Amino acid sequence: MSQIKIKEFVPAEEYLASGHLACPGCGASLAMRYALKALGSKTIVVIPACCWSIIAGPYPQTSLSVPLFHTAFETAAAVASGVKAALDIRGNQDITVLAWAGDGGTFDIGIQALSGAAERNEDIIYICYDNEAYMNTGIQRSSATPWGAWTTTTPTARPKSHPKKNIMEIMAAHRIPYAASAAVAYPVDFMEKVKKSKRIRGTRFIHLLSPCPPGWKCADEESIMLTRMAVQSRIFPLYEVENGERYRLSMDHSGSPVKEYIRRQGRFRHLTDKDIDMIQERVNDEWERLLRKVKESEDPE
Amino acid sequence: MKKVIMGNHAVSFGAMLSKAEVIAAYPITPQTQIVEELSEMCADGRLNAKFIKVESEHSAMACCIGASAVGARAFTATSSQGLALMHELLHYAAGARLPIVMANINRAMAPAWNIWSDQTDSLSQRDTGWLQFYCESNQEVLDTVIQAFKISEKLLLPSMVILDAFFLSHTYEPVDIPDQAIVDAFLPPWKAEYTLDINNPRAFGALAKPDSYMEMRFDMHRAMEIGKSLAREIDEEFGNVFGRRWGIIEPYRLDQAEIVLVSSGTMASTTRVVVDSLREKGENVGMLKIKMFRPFPAEDVAELLRGRIKVAVMDRNFSFGGGGIWAQEIKSVIYNVEASIRPVVFGYITGLGGRDVKPDVMEEIYFRTKGSDFPESDSIWIGVQL
Ligand SMILES: Cc1ncc(C[n+]2csc(CCOP(=O)(O)OP(=O)(O)O)c2C)c(N)n1
Ligand code: SF4
Repeated sequence: MSQIKIKEFVPAEEYLASGHLACPGCGASLAMRYALKALGSKTIVVIPACCWSIIAGPYPQTSLSVPLFHTAFETAAAVASGVKAALDIRGNQDITVLAWAGDGGTFDIGIQALSGAAERNEDIIYICYDNEAYMNTGIQRSSATPWGAWTTTTPTARPKSHPKKNIMEIMAAHRIPYAASAAVAYPVDFMEKVKKSKRIRGTRFIHLLSPCPPGWKCADEESIMLTRMAVQSRIFPLYEVENGERYRLSMDHSGSPVKEYIRRQGRFRHLTDKDIDMIQERVNDEWERLLRKVKESEDPE
Repeated sequence: MKKVIMGNHAVSFGAMLSKAEVIAAYPITPQTQIVEELSEMCADGRLNAKFIKVESEHSAMACCIGASAVGARAFTATSSQGLALMHELLHYAAGARLPIVMANINRAMAPAWNIWSDQTDSLSQRDTGWLQFYCESNQEVLDTVIQAFKISEKLLLPSMVILDAFFLSHTYEPVDIPDQAIVDAFLPPWKAEYTLDINNPRAFGALAKPDSYMEMRFDMHRAMEIGKSLAREIDEEFGNVFGRRWGIIEPYRLDQAEIVLVSSGTMASTTRVVVDSLREKGENVGMLKIKMFRPFPAEDVAELLRGRIKVAVMDRNFSFGGGGIWAQEIKSVIYNVEASIRPVVFGYITGLGGRDVKPDVMEEIYFRTKGSDFPESDSIWIGVQL
């Protein structure tokens, strides 16, 4: 995407003010900025405990120019359901309700409320910004932390021993109308997905890879590049799933070696070449599975 | 219109007449008929509300929080384990100053599994910032739901309307179901001042640093303090409109009473009968029924108990390592009464897990109190067979 095209595509309106409290290089702040540009001012945001509780700013300030309700850690989807119900009964049909949560608040403690909302097909957009650990409380593992990664609860002597939970499969299995993965390194793709979500009714879910320099142990200025590498190496492929069955890749993924991505991050420093080969194999397998699903949905016979 | 209905349906009619706009609930015995009836009411158009059938009580309260933050009237009902599961969000609703109303059916906590009456579930929530009203009859239940919305919306604090499992929840009694128009005049639609409003965007519940959190709590404390007089006023207003008053505390035959039995919920009905029969036998006994537990009507309790000789508190609940919870509250509020006219407080533990508290149990409590100068221990367990 060339510079000019992005300028044309991205609305000038800002809904995230400067002076917010994200660390330098934080993907989550950029992600919110893009998401709100795509959704516009008629949006109510619900945020559970996570880094964004801090980024938004302390009382009596807020860095967002849309209404924001800070809520308890595991309740993003349920509170958003209540907000939507109240808007409906009061006849406000054209306001988008956005639940915005971290990977911990989504994959772990919040999954019950999320699954409940998805089963009821609540008319909400749920965006999970995934930085692959509990960053707000100081980098502990979550079920979104990749295999082999260091966190403060998975020290290098015993790094994360299970692979990342596949939240997209879980959400697709709920047969919600729309699920998509996205990454902050591809803002136009992300915003297109958010805009598309806005046009659909029912539960819409976006799983967004969001770099975190302190948590990934990388340089601030490398975070976007790393996120691009995660996508290109197919560790974090970008795709959409409609109604739980129509899979579509969002772009060409070159299939660059995962090693380049892994080796640039302190959280993977302890991994041996053999470990990385194993990760590469797993990524290849997952990619094949995804391609099969994409192919099946292209060709339903 | 008079109807013979169970206590649970009295709750449903209360919520319907209050025109709850968003209801979210999860089933638990003995609460289920409340929401079953409300589902019917929503389905057949008697109530225009969004009913969210959530996957847990935790989410039920979260939905109510979201709806209330938009300015809708939100209602839920639960009991026991369900209430305990909500605990975090009870603090949240109160701290967010949301006037949610919830019915709780007093049921014992597991283990052992027990679905019968016991107040430990709701009393465990006494520090969450919710108003608590303990009801004695189905009529009181229906009326209290309507009053609770009015009180909550004035104070911006949530209210819990509490009734005993089975003794009330499943007992049929004639209930006067008031006309909608009269309820509408008493309880107009709620217009919240601060809401999630795209035309006036604000952030709610953000991080509050040590320089402001305490002020927020102090504000809640002030609202609670006002809650006592406000509840009394609203009950009076209710009485003028509907011809029924319940009070926040009820003195019964306290004239010249030297010994006072403190009672709550459906136990109060039995206590009334026992007081009458003891009076006939020439005993100087009366009852204090306490309806409002939070905020605790401290001044009224102290005033009504000063100068009595002994107080016997009947607690259908227990705080392990502490004692009966109502007894603790009463002891603490009469501490300010001059020592020379301060009664001795006897704490009795009775009726846990739905065990019947019959008149002879209450008479035993009375005569035990009469027969000793001081309680043998902080909590005297009645009828335990070991
Ligand atoms: C019930 C509960 N348990 C634990 C916490 C502490 N807590 C706050 S934020 C957080 C981690 C959030 O992680 P994630 O959702 O991944 O978002 P991130 O911080 O990475 O942005 C935790 C554990 C809490 N607020 N509530
Ligand atoms: S810790 Fe990570 S996710 Fe949190 S604000 Fe900083 S960079 Fe962003």
